[in-house]
Amino acid sequence: MLVAVISLAVMGGIFGIVLGIAGKKFAVEVDPRVEELISLMPGANCGACGKAGCAAFAEAVVAGEANPKLCTPGGASLYEKIAAVMGTDAGSYEERKTARLLCQGGFEQAKMLYEYQGVHDCHLALANFKGPKACNFGCIRMGNCFRVCPFGAIEMGADGLPVVDPYKCTGCNKCVVECPQQILELVGVSHLVTVRCLNLEKGKTARDICTTACIKCKLCEKNCPEDAVHVEPRSFGSVAVVDYSLCTNCGICAAKCPTKAIQITEQIDENVVREMGTPEDASPEPGCGSCSVCAG
Amino acid sequence: MQEYFIIIISAVLVNNIVLSQFLGICPFLGVSKKLTASLGMGGAVSFVLVLSGSITWLLQQYVLNPFKIGYMQTVAFILVIAALVQFVEMVMRKFTPPLYKALGIYLPLITTNCAVLGVAIINIQKDLSFTKALVNSLGHSAGFTLALVLMSGIRERLEEADIPESMQGAPIALVVAALMSMAFLGFSGLL
Repeated sequence: MLVAVISLAVMGGIFGIVLGIAGKKFAVEVDPRVEELISLMPGANCGACGKAGCAAFAEAVVAGEANPKLCTPGGASLYEKIAAVMGTDAGSYEERKTARLLCQGGFEQAKMLYEYQGVHDCHLALANFKGPKACNFGCIRMGNCFRVCPFGAIEMGADGLPVVDPYKCTGCNKCVVECPQQILELVGVSHLVTVRCLNLEKGKTARDICTTACIKCKLCEKNCPEDAVHVEPRSFGSVAVVDYSLCTNCGICAAKCPTKAIQITEQIDENVVREMGTPEDASPEPGCGSCSVCAG
Repeated sequence: MQEYFIIIISAVLVNNIVLSQFLGICPFLGVSKKLTASLGMGGAVSFVLVLSGSITWLLQQYVLNPFKIGYMQTVAFILVIAALVQFVEMVMRKFTPPLYKALGIYLPLITTNCAVLGVAIINIQKDLSFTKALVNSLGHSAGFTLALVLMSGIRERLEEADIPESMQGAPIALVVAALMSMAFLGFSGLL
């Protein structure tokens, strides 16, 4: 009995010493800022930043590989804190982008060519005579973006058009890639004035098929004090486009636009700490928002 | 020389640690999704297995047998294996961080990998000499790596295959493992 105890103790002691020496010799230095950032993070592990959890995001931020503003639930207060830890200015971080729909052709506004009764899918609907809508440039309204959004940020509105919740949208780009009409665009959250139409056809034709189309009247162009809006020629035809680098969000063009194709988006409050998924929402881990990014 | 050859063939093919003796199934199913990760796991387990195989043999011969405390075998062997795994983990974290991340929880779980303890005990039970025990450990670790690599090759192809929804993931992996095990039965006529 005694022999067994002593021999085990000696073995344990030897292994302990060897491991202790090895631990010193093979120590991996971890940047202390990583730990600090992890403690600042919301800890939701929501995956909105595109990384597998808050710890991975903190590492990427310290390595300079991730934009701190990608942390959607953190909000403005977090960006300040990260900047303090990293010794930089929060203002220098690239702005967060959210998806915006460049079409307002809902059930009431857009004229239809026929009634589509096929499979509920934008690509399939588009394959039938360029979609059921008379406008060949607008939203198909079959909700592929709604289905592809991993964050539940897109909902199908009452007018049939998808509505993007800028608080939930993380700018992951999935809906932009999915949309067969390329009618969704990622826009920085500070840019509020958008031309919500991509119809390139002549003014009269465009107006005949949609009450809220851009009719190329150039009223926006003439009234813009910053020379930021232009009716730009495209592959064929033309459409009004806002130059975000010049636009000051004054909203004059939106007020002048006769068809209300130019819209002012509501300013989002970056200080709002958003509610991400709660553990009750059928999530496997506490704090997991079930975004499925980690399962990738 | 012939004896050593027989030991190797027996350890790698006939008595394959995973597919014939059913030891070490956990990493066999857990880390066989990617070829690179399974190679890394095979390497890590081989390292631990060969080292622990020789250390435990020395331990048995010069500590447990003289003091007549053979009943402490399991505890003492596990102690050796745990210390070795800790060591491998440190080295791997320092020199191959991507592999360290890819193996994840399965790296510390080598401690409880019964293949490692199994081989150490087989070495003693078969009453092998030190060199033979070493060769036996080498053979078994090669067999483990072989099983893992074959499995990961099949599973990488399964990713592309059109599998019924209810069979995707673990079920099809278990079916494949069973078929591989049966295939390895064919080697039993070798010796």
